[in-house]
Amino acid sequence: MKFSVQSKAIAMLFSVGLIAGCSSTGDPMEDADYGSDVSAVDQQGGSTVYSDGSRDGVSSSQLSEEERMAAQQQSQQMALRDVTVFYFDFDTAEINAESRDALVAHARYLSANPSMNARLEGHADDRGTKEYNLALGERRANAVQRFLIVSGASRGQLETISYGEEKPAVQGMSDSARSQNRRVELIFR
Amino acid sequence: MTQVLNMTWSTTLTNTLRAGLTLVLLLTTSLPLRAELLIRITEGADSALPIAVVPFAESGAIPPGDTLADIVQSDLTMSSEFRTLSAEKMLSLPSQRSEVHFRDWRLLGQRYVLVGQLTRQGERLEARYELFDVNREERILGESAGAPLGNLRTLAHHVSDRVYEAITGEPGAFSTQLAYITRENVGDKVRYRLQVSDIDGKRSRVRLESAEPILSPAWSPDGSRLAYVSFETDKPAIYVHELASGKRTKIADFRGLNSAPAWSPDGKSLLMTLSKDGNADIYRMDLASRDLTKLTDHWAIETEASYGAGGDEIFFTSDRSGGPQIYRQKGKGEPRRMTFGSRYNARPRPGHKGEFVYYVHQGSSGFHIARTNLESGEETVLTRTESDESPSVSPNGRMLIYATRQGGASVLTVISADGGAAYSLPATEGDVREPAWGPLPR
Repeated sequence: MKFSVQSKAIAMLFSVGLIAGCSSTGDPMEDADYGSDVSAVDQQGGSTVYSDGSRDGVSSSQLSEEERMAAQQQSQQMALRDVTVFYFDFDTAEINAESRDALVAHARYLSANPSMNARLEGHADDRGTKEYNLALGERRANAVQRFLIVSGASRGQLETISYGEEKPAVQGMSDSARSQNRRVELIFR
Repeated sequence: MTQVLNMTWSTTLTNTLRAGLTLVLLLTTSLPLRAELLIRITEGADSALPIAVVPFAESGAIPPGDTLADIVQSDLTMSSEFRTLSAEKMLSLPSQRSEVHFRDWRLLGQRYVLVGQLTRQGERLEARYELFDVNREERILGESAGAPLGNLRTLAHHVSDRVYEAITGEPGAFSTQLAYITRENVGDKVRYRLQVSDIDGKRSRVRLESAEPILSPAWSPDGSRLAYVSFETDKPAIYVHELASGKRTKIADFRGLNSAPAWSPDGKSLLMTLSKDGNADIYRMDLASRDLTKLTDHWAIETEASYGAGGDEIFFTSDRSGGPQIYRQKGKGEPRRMTFGSRYNARPRPGHKGEFVYYVHQGSSGFHIARTNLESGEETVLTRTESDESPSVSPNGRMLIYATRQGGASVLTVISADGGAAYSLPATEGDVREPAWGPLPR
């Protein structure tokens, strides 16, 4: 059972990567500075967006050691689900490579537990304008929501809200504080 | 509840500048006919007209506190178009025309002198005042005005408006109100407060208090209502708040964003940002019918809309080019991008005569307030501090208030609309943000 869910998710992950790869070629960016801001793509046709990332631990040879893997995966998955905050670069809604494994783990958990619901709270740092940041926080929450749906969660399990720059995780205007404030928090409820 | 913030004014005009200006004026006094021309040369961002506001002669029991002259001085100084003379430096304290010796005021380098009397008549205050042009030795204003006993500030702001208009030809904006949001940590809780005060920060009153964010206060054109965003139901919704009665109506509570309300010039509809269709776009809501018209339809973020001076055009922020930039659009027509000077330009607020649009601009040293001339497209960066936000233009178009930080503290700063000298209203507790300059009283 677990294996089939997992392989399904992996298959989805690959297909999502392909979709994102395709749509980003047609995206109408003008400004070279924003080449890494895939949020524009993010708004197009509902494709979830993230850059190429590692798929460590997934290969056909490893899959043959089914039982050992299953046990190992289960503990890994639990550990991954401890991660509930996902960070973003300035003025982007691109899901970072390091967020993806944890998000996939959450999506699997939601898929396996259809009665569970989660709220995705999008946030921005204090730079820029408050109302734009409110929209940016929403875009981040929506990007995470789409990633989770494509990875197995269902839409009805996920609620999004943006607080813009109103609820910083860390006070202050240092680079470090700001990088911790550009985030989406996943909260099970 | 009132006066949550302890607000004080401070001037940032340098003494050097004052000395320089005084010198010029002293030299020009021997050539009174050319004085105006010479003053014009030093006028502008770094200059101010010298005016002596003589303490008013008082009769009857006047309530203690700031005097009428104190308030008028503070108003005129705030405009950054005037600088006032302290009473200790005055050679005499006239209160009517017969007592004004122009030679004395000329020696003190003054261009204008305001004198008057304040009289208590029962439960009312009556001010009689006269304004003189020192060089021309002429009275340019002479009138009286009254107010209930407790409203000395209202009366003083009215006098300031009259003086300002007599000299500049533009209506004064000192009787207007300011709405703003404060955010304060109380223990481990956060308190958001929507406050309304006089334009000098005095007589502030809390209109709404919440543990959840309050954002984007916007005045109705007649000054009777405020629209804003409140998260009090744990999601953003737009409310319209009648100030006289305190009655509130939740007018937009759709799925997703409900933000950035802005009034139409006739007060009958609101622009707003909604994401109910999946993505932030700008809508117009007719307030009587609640009917929505979608004005933008794009996969990018569109938000922070406001009407242009004529009411036939909207300005908004869109990141369709890859980063936030300012666009203008007529009706549901094709938007035109206006800003190209940097990668982040947002939250446009057109000036009252449609000559300029003011906005937040990211430069190499942070976020500043900038304006673009709508005709020429020329952009001018008006401020230099690094976290400048939320510009709001006075209804006479001469001043601009915005939120910024000074030494870690959050303040509201007033500058002249062309970027002149700055005056700040510091919040002693917590943050003060999103100032919205109210309309002229009707």
